[in-house]
Amino acid sequence: MPKTLYDKIWDAHLVHEDADGTALLYIDRHLVHEVTSPQAFEGLRMAGRKVRAPEKTIAVPDHNVPTTPDREHGIENEESRIQVEALDSNAREFGVHYYPVNDVRQGIVHIVGPEQGWTLPGMTVVCGDSHTATHGAFGALAHGIGTSEVEHVLATQTLIQKKSKNMKVEITGSLPPGVTAKDITLSVIGATGTAGGTGHVIEYCGQAIEELSMEGRMTVCNMAIEGGARAGLIAPDEKTFAYVKGRPHAPKGAQWEAALEWWKTLKSDEGAHWDKVVTLKAEDIAPVVTWGTSPEDVLPITDVVPDPESFSGGKVEAARRALDYMGLKAGTRLKDIEIDTVFIGSCTNGRIEDLRAAAEILKGRKIAVKRAMIVPGSGLVRAQAEEEGLAQIFIDAGFEWRLAGCSMCLAMNPDQLAPGERCAATSNRNFEGRQGRGGRTHLMSPAMAAAAAVTGRLTDIREMMAETA
Amino acid sequence: MEKFTTLTGVAAPMPLVNIDTDMIIPKQFLKTIQRSGLGKNLFDEMRYDDQGREIPDFVLNQPAYRNAKILIAGDNFGCGSSREHAPWALADFGIRAIISTSFADIFYNNCFKNGMLPIVLPQDQVDVLMEDARKGENARIAIDLESQTVTSADGHEFHFDIHPFTKHCLLNGLDDIGLTLEKVSTIDAFEKQASQARPWV
Ligand code: SF4
Repeated sequence: MPKTLYDKIWDAHLVHEDADGTALLYIDRHLVHEVTSPQAFEGLRMAGRKVRAPEKTIAVPDHNVPTTPDREHGIENEESRIQVEALDSNAREFGVHYYPVNDVRQGIVHIVGPEQGWTLPGMTVVCGDSHTATHGAFGALAHGIGTSEVEHVLATQTLIQKKSKNMKVEITGSLPPGVTAKDITLSVIGATGTAGGTGHVIEYCGQAIEELSMEGRMTVCNMAIEGGARAGLIAPDEKTFAYVKGRPHAPKGAQWEAALEWWKTLKSDEGAHWDKVVTLKAEDIAPVVTWGTSPEDVLPITDVVPDPESFSGGKVEAARRALDYMGLKAGTRLKDIEIDTVFIGSCTNGRIEDLRAAAEILKGRKIAVKRAMIVPGSGLVRAQAEEEGLAQIFIDAGFEWRLAGCSMCLAMNPDQLAPGERCAATSNRNFEGRQGRGGRTHLMSPAMAAAAAVTGRLTDIREMMAETA
Repeated sequence: MEKFTTLTGVAAPMPLVNIDTDMIIPKQFLKTIQRSGLGKNLFDEMRYDDQGREIPDFVLNQPAYRNAKILIAGDNFGCGSSREHAPWALADFGIRAIISTSFADIFYNNCFKNGMLPIVLPQDQVDVLMEDARKGENARIAIDLESQTVTSADGHEFHFDIHPFTKHCLLNGLDDIGLTLEKVSTIDAFEKQASQARPWV
């Protein structure tokens, strides 16, 4: 029977299946960060259990860490410090791979995994973090789990699962200029809703997806979870193999050849069954921004703030509440919305290509906002941006150039919005209070966020590109 | 894990759609290294003002709902992050069951690991229960996991689905890890075979 890519990875990792469909799935890579793991390690300790496969377990602190240059002197906030110290000691006690705060390879867990070659095609990858979906860009089955499941994986290297349905999201044609992976992924959520993928694993395909770089593909898969899907996947191809080759933990020599042979079979078969199919034309996708407090509240930058009454059901009340929270009036042109802060970073858009896109806009320009920061996704991304001269462009434009971490994506560290402050952000969630209590978030691509920094309002990147040309 | 068999109690109505995990438990409370004690910060930013005073309008601050055991919620409850702090906070407050038309996947799974029962019902049935919930202490909703039923205050019985294995674990308060470790030889065998098939992993 023809299989989807998801079916193939599932079958290759099935340890056991009960008659009722409850399956035990083997986990190839377990990524761990400081926020969702302390209770799991504590559980192991209390039961006298060990980590079954420490060599497949990789830990890095990212959510709580300060991103200011003085962080080598330690973390000031006591609770954050305790949490990071707990990860430190758990990693050492249980013998898992570990990148401490001051290691140059430290960064956001979903950026570090691929960068170090831990994430490979055809793997199962889990982490106590919903944006584990990012790793699906390599054709790996990757998804977030809760802390009880983290403990389960630590103890058994398996996960109890029920199989999801197969959903195909196809983006036909080529993206127009100024439109990026972020616009694809936001537009898909806009079309399907935040529950559109619930119960499914999404495979993204089509010409526009094939044409994306690995960085862009990670951006697309990162937000599969915002569309409600268990995971997002993209079939591996030559670009994937080229990205992986030579990374510290990628296979070498004869093993590389053997791996490659298998990886090349990792695609959905002709005639495979899809439970749901969504098709978007790339040429119809515009640069988008969010106007509300759910990632599905997304519109082309050329549009206006919608009228809550134009929705139906429970969404009417939700949209009213969103406009109230966001301090916006229906009918306002999105391009007229003024912003205070710009945040470029996160596991959605904190990779080198994202920084290059921002630098292209910021070169020779100055910011017109109160505060703007660039937080690279890892220490290595930071080093590369410095080498390429991007850091200097950011600093000259008036941006703060930070160390790696999650930072203002969820504001668990000191990087937070003040109540009422409005932010153009390249992260993935615009929930109430996400970037700080009362803070207002508009999600967009790195180039769009850079453009907003320059004009002080939400901006159509295509107009700025015309200016530059 | 605590068993779940039956539950009868007041239900709090929360008709808002897309109630996300950041609303359920904001990130500043994720810095704990324990599971307990999160109930006081459940729905923190909706429940308290900037000075930390209760907002009287918020449903769980109203006298009728302070001891609510059930939530009746809008579509797509629990969307957002994988933080198990969300079910921990609900459980710590005293909520053991949530009824909605749909749940986000990770949240849904996390509930079962904590002896909590998320129940999916069709819109018209959720509407009936939402009306019941609005009656506060005058309406009690009863849930029976064995028979997979929810009974509204005036005796309407609604059937819900649950995966048999999940039901079995919940009814008996079984710990997943213990169950899986019974299959350790199967895992060993798989690992051996997989390390030959894919030695680079
Ligand atoms: S960058 Fe944001 S979304 Fe990504 S792992 Fe960190 S907090 Fe989560």
